[in-house]
Amino acid sequence: MAAEAKTKTAVVAGGTKKAGAFNRFDNPWLNWKFLAGVSILGIIFFLIFLGNTFWDTSLALNASAPLNLPPYGMEYQKGKNTILVGVPEHPLGTENSGRDMLALLIVGTPRTLGVGAIAASVGMLVGIFLGFLAGFLGGWIDDMIRLATDITITIPSLLVLIVIQSVLGSVDLVTMALLISMFAWATPTRYIRAQVLSMRESGYVQMARLSGVPVRDIMFKEIMPNLLPYLAASYIGNMTGAIISAVGLEVLGFGPQRIPSLGVAIFFSIEAAALLRHMWWWWGIPTVILAIVFIALLLINLGLDEIANPRLRKAN
Amino acid sequence: MGSLSLNYIVRRLLVFFLTLWVAATLIFIIPRLAPGDPITAMVARMSQQAGFVENADLIIEGWKERFGLNDPVYVQYLRYMGNLLRFDLGLAMARFPSPVSQLVSRALPWTIGLVGIATLIFFTVGNLFGALLAWTKTPKLVKVLIPMSMIFTSIPPLLAGLLLVYIFGFLLDIFPQAYAYHHSFREPEFTLKFIGSVLHHGFLPAMAIVLVTFGYWALGMRGMMVTIEGEDYMILAQAKGLKPFYVLYRYMIRNAILPQMTALAVSIGTLVGGSVLVEVIFNYNGMGTLIFTAIREQDFNLIQGTSFILIVTSALAVLIIDLSYPLIDPRISLEGK
Repeated sequence: MAAEAKTKTAVVAGGTKKAGAFNRFDNPWLNWKFLAGVSILGIIFFLIFLGNTFWDTSLALNASAPLNLPPYGMEYQKGKNTILVGVPEHPLGTENSGRDMLALLIVGTPRTLGVGAIAASVGMLVGIFLGFLAGFLGGWIDDMIRLATDITITIPSLLVLIVIQSVLGSVDLVTMALLISMFAWATPTRYIRAQVLSMRESGYVQMARLSGVPVRDIMFKEIMPNLLPYLAASYIGNMTGAIISAVGLEVLGFGPQRIPSLGVAIFFSIEAAALLRHMWWWWGIPTVILAIVFIALLLINLGLDEIANPRLRKAN
Repeated sequence: MGSLSLNYIVRRLLVFFLTLWVAATLIFIIPRLAPGDPITAMVARMSQQAGFVENADLIIEGWKERFGLNDPVYVQYLRYMGNLLRFDLGLAMARFPSPVSQLVSRALPWTIGLVGIATLIFFTVGNLFGALLAWTKTPKLVKVLIPMSMIFTSIPPLLAGLLLVYIFGFLLDIFPQAYAYHHSFREPEFTLKFIGSVLHHGFLPAMAIVLVTFGYWALGMRGMMVTIEGEDYMILAQAKGLKPFYVLYRYMIRNAILPQMTALAVSIGTLVGGSVLVEVIFNYNGMGTLIFTAIREQDFNLIQGTSFILIVTSALAVLIIDLSYPLIDPRISLEGK
């Protein structure tokens, strides 16, 4: 992994890699993990776009396709024989209640990602606000905010969400995202507070303070730009957490039932004992798509970590 | 323990009890914010199923009186808190008339066992792998193999569980697909055969948690180790000519493990959430499956009770980690002196 990264930088640098030499292509943002993660997400979005353009997404609705169709062109176990069956109209097969799997993926993937994005955004905004407040003002405000984050982080959010959802029943995805964001602010707050605390003592902030720069400008013009990679990493981490919560709630049966998302598809497949019936495409394809999304998010996060932390970069 | 500063203990205990109070209050308030009341909703469900319920109004009034829903809210709140303090969680509607506390006390040990052992494994393996990744003397092959083993990192345990149960439970059929022990045992017993069965059944769920988690710890450990390698005392250790393994253990791992402990306390909440879902996949006899059953049977009392006890357990785990932290890092106990 390390060697690969080195060769990549060397290639980018046009083979003029000399120890200690200044290299204007040695841009920290040209990090292979970051770029790989972004490309994977980009490809997924492109495929969703293609799907929305060329495929009939209404097939994702109940009973719009034949039932239990095995996927086309893939192995299918029937008794002792492995046979290849399926139809071109439904390349990934259909599930129990007659949804086309391909349409389900095209409709479901952006919805699942959307929940994560909304919850993470709300959580980040609150986190940035509280983190700066706590880190910069200190005193009893800092104490209160720290106490609140400690408590929120300790409580397993999924359990409280289960209690809330068992009262509300199944809700639409935006509501679900907002519910998840009730717990998504604590980790960014703690993280940003720590960063702000360490930056507050750094030379350039001291300088700005001595020059009489107003606190608000120190926060947003001096500290904020330096925090950007940290904020981005925190946002991605938050998004991962939010998607995990959302998928978890959906698998427990709290997701919107009519228009499916990936988690809801897995819930239905478990309900219908798809594992036992070897209908692997029903739960397997959504699972693999989700896994790819999570790996992409992790790669972005790792890349951002290395971008923000020169020591980690050097270790490669 | 004598060196623990009072300030630290008091603050940790404060967080612990405040966490319990916030969780209990949330669980009390949430159902009351929703329109309607549980009794009316239940009778409405009954009449939906049966077509018609005789004297529905009388039933609703009677049950409301019986459950004290006509009292002012603060009386209900105090009574609820009093009940919680005595671990009286009410009766489970789904398996009437079993008390919730009885069902919970049967399920909780399984969850604690599963999550505890999984945590032990991923924390040890993760930190070891992370240390090896950053150590300069690690063989090249190991440094290539470890990142490859971390491919599943950050996938939710639930999805890993699905894949594992399908591959090893259904296709290869070498591990059982469900439950915590073989169905030929009626009750848990203390025999070698039973313990073997428990290990056999617990392997896949534990793996589902370990496989997707240890990489995260390896990465954290690697980051810490890289930071430590730049410290001055590392140069001193080398200059002293200490053995590499001695430096690795005494100088690097022991310092790097401290922030990892803090991170473990922070991640308990997520971990418990993940294991609840793994249990659902494996139909494990723990709290997760209990909650899932309760959700399907719309047994709000059971959902409330199970969630609350799991929150208490997580908070307790965090408290234990926090209180043991000064034992491994003496600097903490000096704080505030």
